[in-house]
Amino acid sequence: MMKIAKEHLPRLFAALAKQIDLLLPAQQAEVVNFAPFCPDAEIDLTTLKTANTPKHFFLPQVEDLYTAAVNAGQISISAADTPIKPFAIFGVRACDAAALDVLDSVYLSDPIDQFYQTRRQAGCIITLACEKPTASCFCTAFGINPTEPCGDITTWLTDDVLYWQPNTEKGDKITELVADLLQLTDESPAQDISENICLPLDKFNPDNLLALFNAPNWQDLSVACIACGACTFVCPTCQCYDITDFDTGTSITRYRCWDSCLYSDFTQMAHGNPRTTQAERFRQRFMHKLVYHPANNDQYGCVGCGRCVAACPAGLNIVKVIKKLEVAGNV
Amino acid sequence: MCKPSTDLLIPQVGIITHIRQETPDVKTFRIVTTSGAKAFSHMPGQCAMLSVPGIGEAMFSIASSPTNTEFMEFSIKACGTLTDHLHRLAIGSHVTIRGPYGNIFPMEDAFKGRDLLFIAGGIGLAPVRSAIKYVFDNRTNYGHVDILYGARSADDLVYRHEIEENWASQPNTNVYITIDRPQDDWSGHTGFVPAYFADIGFAPDKMALVCGPPIMIKRTLDALLTAGFKKDQVYTTLELRMKCGIGKCGRCNIGPKYVCKDGPVFRCDELDALPDEY
Amino acid sequence: MLEIMKQRAKELLESGRVVRVLGWQRGDFPNLREPVFFTTAKQLDNLEYDRFCAANLSKYLIGTDVPTLAFLKPCDTYSLNQLVKERQINRQMTYIIGIGCEGSAKLTDMEENGTLERCLVCTKTVHAAFDELIGEDAAPREKNDRFAGVGEIEAMEIAARYTFWQDHLARCIRCNACRNICPVCHCKKCVFDNTKYDTAQRANASAFEEQMFHIIRAYHVAGRCTDCGECNRACPQAIPLHLLNRKLISDINHMFGEYQAGTDTETPGPLTNFDIEMDKEVGL
Repeated sequence: MMKIAKEHLPRLFAALAKQIDLLLPAQQAEVVNFAPFCPDAEIDLTTLKTANTPKHFFLPQVEDLYTAAVNAGQISISAADTPIKPFAIFGVRACDAAALDVLDSVYLSDPIDQFYQTRRQAGCIITLACEKPTASCFCTAFGINPTEPCGDITTWLTDDVLYWQPNTEKGDKITELVADLLQLTDESPAQDISENICLPLDKFNPDNLLALFNAPNWQDLSVACIACGACTFVCPTCQCYDITDFDTGTSITRYRCWDSCLYSDFTQMAHGNPRTTQAERFRQRFMHKLVYHPANNDQYGCVGCGRCVAACPAGLNIVKVIKKLEVAGNV
Repeated sequence: MCKPSTDLLIPQVGIITHIRQETPDVKTFRIVTTSGAKAFSHMPGQCAMLSVPGIGEAMFSIASSPTNTEFMEFSIKACGTLTDHLHRLAIGSHVTIRGPYGNIFPMEDAFKGRDLLFIAGGIGLAPVRSAIKYVFDNRTNYGHVDILYGARSADDLVYRHEIEENWASQPNTNVYITIDRPQDDWSGHTGFVPAYFADIGFAPDKMALVCGPPIMIKRTLDALLTAGFKKDQVYTTLELRMKCGIGKCGRCNIGPKYVCKDGPVFRCDELDALPDEY
Repeated sequence: MLEIMKQRAKELLESGRVVRVLGWQRGDFPNLREPVFFTTAKQLDNLEYDRFCAANLSKYLIGTDVPTLAFLKPCDTYSLNQLVKERQINRQMTYIIGIGCEGSAKLTDMEENGTLERCLVCTKTVHAAFDELIGEDAAPREKNDRFAGVGEIEAMEIAARYTFWQDHLARCIRCNACRNICPVCHCKKCVFDNTKYDTAQRANASAFEEQMFHIIRAYHVAGRCTDCGECNRACPQAIPLHLLNRKLISDINHMFGEYQAGTDTETPGPLTNFDIEMDKEVGL
């Protein structure tokens, strides 16, 4: 374990930023976002919910795949050569760090997504333990300990000290960059586990798949859904994307971008759509997080960060679905 | 500083070397790479992503057999933005191609050594053709072959020439063709595929492969079960909207299964465990 | 007041005057209120109304084809009128109980954080439509500076103005919350979703497109926007979208005279009413 006096954090960040691209939670208008270090940024280490999530830096909202030059029916392809420099994100909370495991389970499983993998290898996650949850937090329901976040380096912030614990080789390397600012210590930060939130997750057993899918109250649960994608785009684990074209005027850039299963054209085909109602699309989002993803990966697709709770203009959220979904049939 | 290496999402350039008008709205495109080679190897049942940049990209089943080592064929119905555009392309035009995607028909396991029954409706014959031709090219590995194919009208029968000239004369093979309604220049059978299937009276001792419009698949499956087939003897191939082809973009799932990666081939008993959302 | 609301809703439901009631109920988190359709008297015990019931319920009435009771705050009734005018809501199928409002709470991560901006500069304190009223409205605020923010931006140098918007719009994640919550964004197929005409745009592929989405949206609701503030409330990135809309409202006021969308269900909107004399006046 290492430590640094809280008052010296600006020096730590400046020293890190000199050697690697550093992203920090910073106040932007009325929200806090992970943003590139700059000396006059308003760093915020108390807000738990950044509006953007670390997902932005591994699965960007928009990512070019390749450019196709089309001339008189002839095509030539050049793969996107966006350079990806090593970077570190400081202040990642336990839920968001756990969310990367969810993304990893999809993007790093065979066949590996090279774009994601390249960014994942380039990025160092420096987590920051939470002291107490906010009103929308429920990470403990998913077995996440907010006081012991994973990541390449874990940090704990007290009133006057930041404790610093490298966990991986990547974390060691970053630590070396600022070793002269850190002191070794035998102290360990106080870790009060906040109250564990319990949610009735037992029923979301893949064995109940059809009963949950056919639950009688999906329509009722989804009635207020306005079919925007706010919950999906603020979600640190939502991972679906679209692939589409941008006509630059001289060539076609094919890019991928975030997409939402709540959009009516998500599954639209020339000859029909398997999900024609908002209730079906709403069901897909929660079945994916609570049943389908666990069936494939043995982990829930939700980390209880609670951003969707705050983001939904209609007050809908996964906690209500977990509590109120009625399992159909004799299960 | 590092860059993503070539990803599965990045296609090769393909060139259309031959176009055959199968029906008024179906054309078969022969595609090779710009160096004249087959783009990649595959097995029956698998698909590829074809695209015209600026127009769109979509998944198509590979209609040619892996035993054809020179080129791939795709039979495409004009029914949307990309497919309409493909139909306007001339020989020599470029497209992009990536793949192969998806699982395969069990040509080398469950089907091997067995009598086979191929049932298709309309453009659904395209993926089945890959399997049929694979069987003909490896004829000693399989038993008796029955092919039951139906379309809306005689004009809508794809591969009609190939079926009549080649398939019907293959050893130990019966071909049954039907169209939905009688028409003047048609002396063959008329009626829907499931009804014709029941009329013929196939013994339920074979492996079956069914592909066609969703309603035709469902009715044919009912007819197969009535005839004594077990669900684990029947395979089908499904289609949903796809973007990535590698089980990540998240739109072609049926429950926890992705049609692009875990499918498109499903054994019918496997479908029972999945939500009815396809 | 809430008890009277419940009682009236039950009466109207039980008498058969309406078959469902649109209101709010408590969610699973403190301060969370969700829009809901109640269909039984028993369910109505869960009806909630307080300063956390910020959602403008008028959009949920689009296409209503069964008699529906809706509880609307004063500003919500302007949206109702606008939607009736645009033939999206059949007023005959609605029974509106206007309810008093003293402003809605602003939430930050579900904690109360003052009052919504729209309520601080509210001009629509009196119901524009109702079948009956319950409760008292707040008095109009003496000092109303709803265009102050617009003035500040207008006073900026062009480069600073550009930077102001670029900084804000760069945070846009294109979640479409602003669009989908907007009462007057009711196109069956939004131009940004339409793959048939090359206008589909799921994300901003360039900084230029980032601006286009919001600017096109602001123009499309110009003259129809009641300034209900829902886009502002819904934005998870706190982009001051109300400033875009108010800039257009302010310009319309200057060019065509004071106009408040949704005041009634008849008056043609300033941008949908062609008057050659007026056009000469504003120099068009």
